[in-house]
Amino acid sequence: MKTAVIVFPGSNCDRDLAVALGAVTGVRPTMVWHGDTALPDGIGMVAVPGGFSYGDYLRSGAIAARSPIMRAVVDAAGAGLPVLGVCNGFQVLTEAGLLPGALMRNAGLNFVCRDVALTVGATDTGFTRGYTPGETIRIPVAHHDGNYVADDATLDRIEGDGRVAFRYAEPVNGSARAIAGVLNPAGNVLGMMPHPERKIDAAHGGTDGRRLFDGLLAMVGA
Amino acid sequence: MKLRIFVTLKPGVLDPQGRAIHHALGSLGFAGVEDVRAGKLIEMEVADSTDDAAIDSMCQKLLANTVIENYRIERL
Repeated sequence: MKTAVIVFPGSNCDRDLAVALGAVTGVRPTMVWHGDTALPDGIGMVAVPGGFSYGDYLRSGAIAARSPIMRAVVDAAGAGLPVLGVCNGFQVLTEAGLLPGALMRNAGLNFVCRDVALTVGATDTGFTRGYTPGETIRIPVAHHDGNYVADDATLDRIEGDGRVAFRYAEPVNGSARAIAGVLNPAGNVLGMMPHPERKIDAAHGGTDGRRLFDGLLAMVGA
Repeated sequence: MKLRIFVTLKPGVLDPQGRAIHHALGSLGFAGVEDVRAGKLIEMEVADSTDDAAIDSMCQKLLANTVIENYRIERL
C-alpha cells in the first residue's frame, strides 16, 4: 500500500510515522509538503504527524489546518480515504473540521511524556480492527495540549455512535470522558493524542501501535 | 482602520490557564479573586474598505475556534 505523510514547518514526528508506515507496508511513504495542493495518486492512506506545526501559533494546529495541502486532505477524507492524525495531527484534524471537539491545554498544565494505558473502544474500523473491544494497550503520549473538549451533546453523540476509538485508562490530561482518540461519522478519519508509530518494534518497548497500521493495511487489502 | 478582536473561552469550557493564574494570584497574597479566565487580544490594521462580513469571516475561519471560543470585534 502506498501512503503519504504530510509535513508542516514544525512537524517533528513525520519521520517516525514514515518509518512505521514503511515498516508495515514495505513501501516508503511519500512526504508531502504543506504548500502542495494535491496528494499523490494511488495512496491508501494519509497521515498527519505530531509536532508543533507553525510553532503552535494562535492555537495548536490552527494555521496548519488552513494550509493548502489540508484542502486536499479534507476532500480525500470526504471521498473515503483513511486519514490518521496523531498528536498535533489530531489537533490539525479538529481545526480542519474533520473531527468534532477541540484540544486544550492539559488540565495539569504540564507537558505529559510517558507510556499510558488505553482502553480500545470501537473496533469496527480499519484503524482499530487489529484490537479487541475493551482491550488495554500501552502507547506513549507526548503533548501539552491533549485535553479533549466538546459540548455534552457532541460527546453523547460520538459515544452513542461508537466513535470513541481509544480512552485513557488512567488520568493523563483531563480529557472529557477520558477520550484519547475519536473517529469521524464514516470511520475513515481517526485523530488520537497517543503515538502508535512509537510502538511498532519490540525493541522500542512494545508493538501495540503496530497493530493499528497492520489493521489498516489488512482492510485496504494491499 | 484599527481592529481589536477579543477571543475568549465560551462559558462552561474549563480554562486550565485561567485556573493556574488564579492560583498564582492567591499565592502572591491577593485575596478576593473569585475567577480568572484567560483569552487573546488580536490587534489588526485593515483597509478602511473592509466590510463587517469580511471581518466576521476572519474570526469564524481562523482567529477563533468557535467550538470552544467566542469573539468580539472592536473598531477603533
